Amino acid sequence: MELRNKDLLAIRDLSPEEILFILDTAESMKEISTRDIKKVPTLRGKTVINLFYEPSTRTRTSFEIAGKRLSADVINISSASSSTTKGETLKDTGRNLQAMNPDLIVIRHAAAGAPKILADALPVPVINAGDGAHEHPTQALLDAFTIREKKKTLAGITVAIIGDITHSRVARSNIALLKKMGAEVRLSGPYTMVPPHIEALGVSFIPDIGEAIRDADVIMMLRIQLERQQHGLFPTVREYARFFGLNREKLQRAKPDVLIMHPGPLNRGVEISPDVADGPYSIILDQVTNGVAVRMALLYLLIGK
Amino acid sequence: MATMQTKIVLDKQDINRTLTRIAHEISERSRGMEHLVLIGIRRRGVAIAQRLSQKLHDITGVPVPVGALDITLYRDDLSEIDAQPVLKKTEIPFSVKGKRIILCDDVLYTGRTIRAALDGIIDLGRPMSIQLAVLIDRGHRELPIQANYVGKAISTTSDEQIEVFLEEDDQIDQVIVKKAA
Repeated sequence: MELRNKDLLAIRDLSPEEILFILDTAESMKEISTRDIKKVPTLRGKTVINLFYEPSTRTRTSFEIAGKRLSADVINISSASSSTTKGETLKDTGRNLQAMNPDLIVIRHAAAGAPKILADALPVPVINAGDGAHEHPTQALLDAFTIREKKKTLAGITVAIIGDITHSRVARSNIALLKKMGAEVRLSGPYTMVPPHIEALGVSFIPDIGEAIRDADVIMMLRIQLERQQHGLFPTVREYARFFGLNREKLQRAKPDVLIMHPGPLNRGVEISPDVADGPYSIILDQVTNGVAVRMALLYLLIGK
Repeated sequence: MATMQTKIVLDKQDINRTLTRIAHEISERSRGMEHLVLIGIRRRGVAIAQRLSQKLHDITGVPVPVGALDITLYRDDLSEIDAQPVLKKTEIPFSVKGKRIILCDDVLYTGRTIRAALDGIIDLGRPMSIQLAVLIDRGHRELPIQANYVGKAISTTSDEQIEVFLEEDDQIDQVIVKKAA
């Protein structure tokens, strides 16, 4: 089997079979990170460029580690130190990078569609590591991997996604992936943070978080993106935490084997209380561990031949 | 389309007898069985390693651990094959450090699979030694590699195909040679 597309830009472009293929490949990759010598020679001589126009610790490090464990040479470019600050366009930056013969470019950008512009302009494979409020496909894949690892399946699982849906590329990619794989998705959050007609995506909207998490197998908390809150979508952070923050009291209504996920970085005490984030139902750090395996799988499948 | 001539070279009984003999050879040459482990190369090498482990246990009374090695990430021909091979897990439930490893595979041909497996094992640690056991040696080596234990050596031409079927993977025990008629 093989992935049909040169790039990974959106979950929409993947078939359910391709998603399973990626997750199965990632399962084999996971063992490599548990070895004393965490390296295999598969991508020796390949060059991966991480082009990050937005700040990131987790995703950038995850891609860098994934590349290095497969023996690729990984180069990191962050916007603060790039020629963008001198006025170079994205396409020109891309063409210049292409002129140095990389094998794959990972891009994160504040503008939705930026990875697509790069992918269309260049012959090199492009992975979207988050573009504006559009998609973050590798996050959805690592979330699916983590859910499947714990629950053995994705079909028939009920996932409650809670928080700022409107601004969340993580939510968009997860909705697309989970629906494709036969899971049920419920959303909850303030009315100001959930787009109208969201039901068109085949999900339900339950304004009361307590109702949304009842009987859910997985609760996925989203980060309140304080950097994107210019318009005052909720009155105060304290009020948000009271109504939509996940704490031990609200959790009493959840299933006894519920899993709690968060894409990070955490706003402790806002969308999630510290005791829940660090508690027995939390698989937040498993998500991070699995992120490396999933990204290794994607690098291998896109350029490992 | 060319029709294929098929010849059975080993049947179920032959395979069983062959593996029993290899197990005896291993036990003879491995006095004490100390630090001895078997690692099978996916796919069919794993079934061979498991059978040898069982036979060694029957002969010596000592349990011999078995691991499974996937060599896909170590292949030197990924760019030359059409479809990407599906990765299977490497599952080696013991440290290889200081072990006397017997690497098991079904067919020894160019030696490139074994080269990849040696790299794969050495990336896991430093074993005391690595030996090789194969069910079939069909010649045509492209690398300086030879087996310590050979079930059956068959001289073949490169247009012939050797196919090994084992019950664990294929529901039948059989080795056949195929040749375009």
